[in-house]
Amino acid sequence: MSETELSRPISRREWLLSDAPQSRRQAQLGALYQGWLTFRANKLAMFGLIILILLFGMAIFAPWLAPQSPFSQNLADRLQPPSAEHWLGTDSFGRDILSRLIHGSRITLFIVGTVALIAPVAGLLIGTVAGFAGGWVDQVLMRITDIFLAFPKLILALAFVAALGASIGNAVLALALTAWPPYARLARAETLTIRNADYIAAARLQGAGPTRLLIRHIWPLCVSSLIVRVALDMAGIILSAAGLGFLGLGAQPPMPEWGAMISDGRIYILDYWWVAAMPGLAIFIVSLAFNLLGDGLRDVLDPKGAKE
Amino acid sequence: MSTPLLSVKNLCVTFASRRGDFQAVRGVSFELGRERLGVVGESGSGKSMTGRAILGLVRPPGRVTADRMELEGQSILNLPERRMRKLRGSRISMVMQDPKFSLNPVMTVGDQIMESYRLHAGGGRAAARKKALEMLNAVRIRDPERVMDTYPHEVSGGMGQRIMIAMMLAPDPQILIADEPTSALDVSVRGEVLNIMDGLVRDRGMGLIFISHDLNLVARFCDRVLIMYAGRVVESLPARDLHNARHPYTQGLLRSQPRLDTPVERLPVLQREESWRSGELDPLPET
Amino acid sequence: MLNVSDLDVWFGDPPDRVDAVRGAAFSVAQGESFGLVGESGSGKSTILRAIAGLIDSWSGQIEVDGRQIEGARRDRGFYKTVQMVFQDPYASLHPRHSVDAVLSEALRLQGMGDIDRRITRLLEDVGLGKGFRFRYPHQLSGGQRQRVAIARALAAEPRLLLLDEPTSALDVSVQAEILNLLKELREEHGLTYVMVSHDLAVVGHICDRLAVMQQGEIVEIMSVDALRRGAGEQDYTRHLIAASQ
Repeated sequence: MSETELSRPISRREWLLSDAPQSRRQAQLGALYQGWLTFRANKLAMFGLIILILLFGMAIFAPWLAPQSPFSQNLADRLQPPSAEHWLGTDSFGRDILSRLIHGSRITLFIVGTVALIAPVAGLLIGTVAGFAGGWVDQVLMRITDIFLAFPKLILALAFVAALGASIGNAVLALALTAWPPYARLARAETLTIRNADYIAAARLQGAGPTRLLIRHIWPLCVSSLIVRVALDMAGIILSAAGLGFLGLGAQPPMPEWGAMISDGRIYILDYWWVAAMPGLAIFIVSLAFNLLGDGLRDVLDPKGAKE
Repeated sequence: MSTPLLSVKNLCVTFASRRGDFQAVRGVSFELGRERLGVVGESGSGKSMTGRAILGLVRPPGRVTADRMELEGQSILNLPERRMRKLRGSRISMVMQDPKFSLNPVMTVGDQIMESYRLHAGGGRAAARKKALEMLNAVRIRDPERVMDTYPHEVSGGMGQRIMIAMMLAPDPQILIADEPTSALDVSVRGEVLNIMDGLVRDRGMGLIFISHDLNLVARFCDRVLIMYAGRVVESLPARDLHNARHPYTQGLLRSQPRLDTPVERLPVLQREESWRSGELDPLPET
Repeated sequence: MLNVSDLDVWFGDPPDRVDAVRGAAFSVAQGESFGLVGESGSGKSTILRAIAGLIDSWSGQIEVDGRQIEGARRDRGFYKTVQMVFQDPYASLHPRHSVDAVLSEALRLQGMGDIDRRITRLLEDVGLGKGFRFRYPHQLSGGQRQRVAIARALAAEPRLLLLDEPTSALDVSVQAEILNLLKELREEHGLTYVMVSHDLAVVGHICDRLAVMQQGEIVEIMSVDALRRGAGEQDYTRHLIAASQ
């Protein structure tokens, strides 16, 4: 986006930053552009964004990027240290670790993406309804939330997977089921402050019903803090997914899931450190990138910052 | 002429933004003696920012520049935060608009006054307690012993503002900056709070900078008035002459207020002129 | 137009029940402008909110345009008759909705067609040009926001407008503009006003009659002429007048 901005005449920037937009489209684009400028000013967040874009590219083009098949075994070449042939070395079956990491990014993105879709949406729905309706609805929904919160996340996810059977789909489901309660809490707290605002009262006086108030007036204000929270929680979700993989309850071998890869390398960690360290490093970098991105998004989306 | 308590020359506060620099205060100069100086203006006129700049409370990206900003001949412009903190409270104090936001909700009123006193004057708890009671008496709070042990949410707005004043005056500052101290209060309480502040300032020979949007209030309460518009002082005159103000902005402000005694069908609306933003101001009258 | 009698409003349940309004009674004729004055906590805004249906814990009779009102439920017809303007224009506009979104939602909810033309008309009515249509609240000044809030209230073409301290958050010069606008709109549209304010001069400028409230009760109902003469029957009224001179 920064290149397009440079190549166009300066008036484009002025048009976007105008305080008196002439059309709906200009107003919306202007708001987006303002947000982008704020985000861009945060160097670390940009760094995180670039890493994530690279990760996406890696996942999309995995078959072309990976030097070898992630599954082809070569027992003669097992546990080779990083070299020109195998940049990140090979594992105990002689599979190329780099190729496995590249293909593994697809699995990681799938897990993270699905959980990030399910958990906040469920949380938003439950939290805003509880906060807006109040009374016994609030009581019931929040006690359910408390029950979920009372268990340690990983243990609960373990229980779910154990009950449903070990597979990557069930791992995602289990993670989503354990991840929603904090979002519900957050959405409810936001709703409680918003629901007594004058603009909600004004909308009520226009004859707006509860569904419209919830969807058109309350959700747009809750969504931004949820997005920030999701980006910050991504790291945790990746780690939980890796944790499940490590315990053998997520992706099943020979799938190149990063957590499962660490688990495989565990036995050799003292003599052949790269087998566990390389996927560990990948998890670390991606988690960090999501955290940085979340920080940047907070600058852009936080209603307190937007006042300025 | 003796050194004034506070002397400010060509004070500017600039905020860098995406669309270039924005100057909230543009070249404000004034001197403050042992008097009550009113600073009047509308929102965005830079009146509050002037007060904050004096106290060193302008946060980045705001920048404060001035040719001179001296407290009794000693420069206080852009002092390091540590020295500024010493100054704030002990020599210059500030009373804010809403006591609800400036009192710490989890500390009792007494503890807060005592802490503010001990921070600047030192001394033991017993001395501080005595001073706190004395201050609460000074702001005419009945039964100060009881009020000492209450929490901020248990007191009314007017009482809260009096407690704020007590707290700010405990270390005997030389200058009190009051930023809309009565705007959040009802009219009947307002007079009382003003009287208390007035008496204290007069008895202690302090300088008072009274920032307000209310022209009539300032006219009644202050000795001298600065009228600010768009970051500049457009007029400076003795408070009793406010109703004979010469600047069209001041006149326009005065006329646009509805009055009970002189009903009009339509209120005259202020027509702002570009020249007010840049026009040269008469040199400061010698004091 | 509006008849209120025996109105009690309370918050919370016993033993924490707070009686915000006790036994309020007044009536406002069609086309009249009525003021409610008092200090903070006197219950003046609470009365407005109870009429508007924003509070359900009240008892007594409220009659709008000849129809009795109950609880907090109001039908669409009610909102076509009664609208409200709030005190703080910074809090009464949704931060993520543009002027266009605010007004078109109000019009749609009232089942009005021809939305483009009506929005232009509303913006002209409140002295904002077409250029303001696509701005967000943070691109507007306090006075402009209050004009948008007034336009939103007018969208339903109501006959009774409840004004909750509509100018107390504004600068005096802007206050003058808004007060002028309110006067013009009343003449043009034949509106009835009930205005809450702590500023006697503002009420004196806009209203014909007023009720003085103290601690949840109406202590006196008087004409604005009497207010100007300072002729309050109650000590409290005279005290209030003296304090605001």
